[in-house]
Amino acid sequence: MSTEQQASKTEWPLWEVFVRTKAGLDHKHCGSLHAADPKMALQMAREVYTRRQEGSSIWVVRSDQIVASDPGDKDMLFDPMEDKVYRHPTFYKLPDAVDHM
Amino acid sequence: MQASIQLPDDPKLRYLLRIGDTCLILGQRLGEWCGHAPIIEEDIALTNMALDLIGQARGVLTLAGDQCPQDYDEDQLAFLRDERDYLNPTLAELPRGDFAFTVLRNLMLSTWMKLLWDRLRDSSDTELAAIAAKALKEARYHQQHAADWLQRLGDGTEESRRRVEAALAQLWPYAAELFEPDAVDAAAVSARLGPPAESLREPWLAEMAAVFGEVRLALPADGRFRSTGRQGVHSEHMGYILAEMQHLQRSYPGGVW
Repeated sequence: MSTEQQASKTEWPLWEVFVRTKAGLDHKHCGSLHAADPKMALQMAREVYTRRQEGSSIWVVRSDQIVASDPGDKDMLFDPMEDKVYRHPTFYKLPDAVDHM
Repeated sequence: MQASIQLPDDPKLRYLLRIGDTCLILGQRLGEWCGHAPIIEEDIALTNMALDLIGQARGVLTLAGDQCPQDYDEDQLAFLRDERDYLNPTLAELPRGDFAFTVLRNLMLSTWMKLLWDRLRDSSDTELAAIAAKALKEARYHQQHAADWLQRLGDGTEESRRRVEAALAQLWPYAAELFEPDAVDAAAVSARLGPPAESLREPWLAEMAAVFGEVRLALPADGRFRSTGRQGVHSEHMGYILAEMQHLQRSYPGGVW
């Protein structure tokens, strides 16, 4: 038995919780929790993250199913965008006729 | 020291107290898990449910207070009665036990309350019907929560299975009381206040059997033991829980947050 399987006998997997506050809005990440199965994860997300009427819908996703960028690659991935202000619409001077865009 | 309040002898009042006190006492028992549940999420879940139950108790006890010439409020009824004037079934007052015990009791009582609230939506008392409509949603969730846990514990480890079986042996004899007909029940039926207690028995057994079937637990046989909490004659545990609940109101009459 691998060490990972051994750990799972005493420790529940981690889940990321996404809550949609009302219809039409997107689900926002609001935290994480440990739970033994998908049903329990949903129930606990309801208890922990929607107690004050925060939610109308919940998603839970196993944390180990999320593919994340490596923090070490931050410079390589994101710094090149620093000097490209022309990618923002505010870079362009609008004619007065299209005011308040 | 605040003296106890006296209740008029009124079957409608007694009928309402049986419901309100079940919510009140079970809510207090679930609140005892605060800081003690096996995981923090479950700690929050149990106390959320405790607060649902206290909310239900507030509604029903306020309505019960309206039946009294002294016009008692919810706090007076919750905290200033003598033990014999509390009318919850004994099942609700038993000490919280281990987690399996709490889960199984929640399953038994929330299934019963769900069936009861469902029928009370048609009560001739429109206020009780309104309370029932709101409480029904909460009871459905409580039942689902308990059923899911019973399945995990029943299908879990040898120890969790053993604990579920032990809880079942302890709790089952207290179920019979929920369905016993008597004069209070008959008066409620003829006033169309609520359903006959006996009529909830078959649907309750069917729902319990469905959950038990998932984890290959058999419904225990009926015994002769009858608890009598709904008559006001409680187990030895009731005095202790009331002492804890009543201490502040007795020592500081009328104290509020």
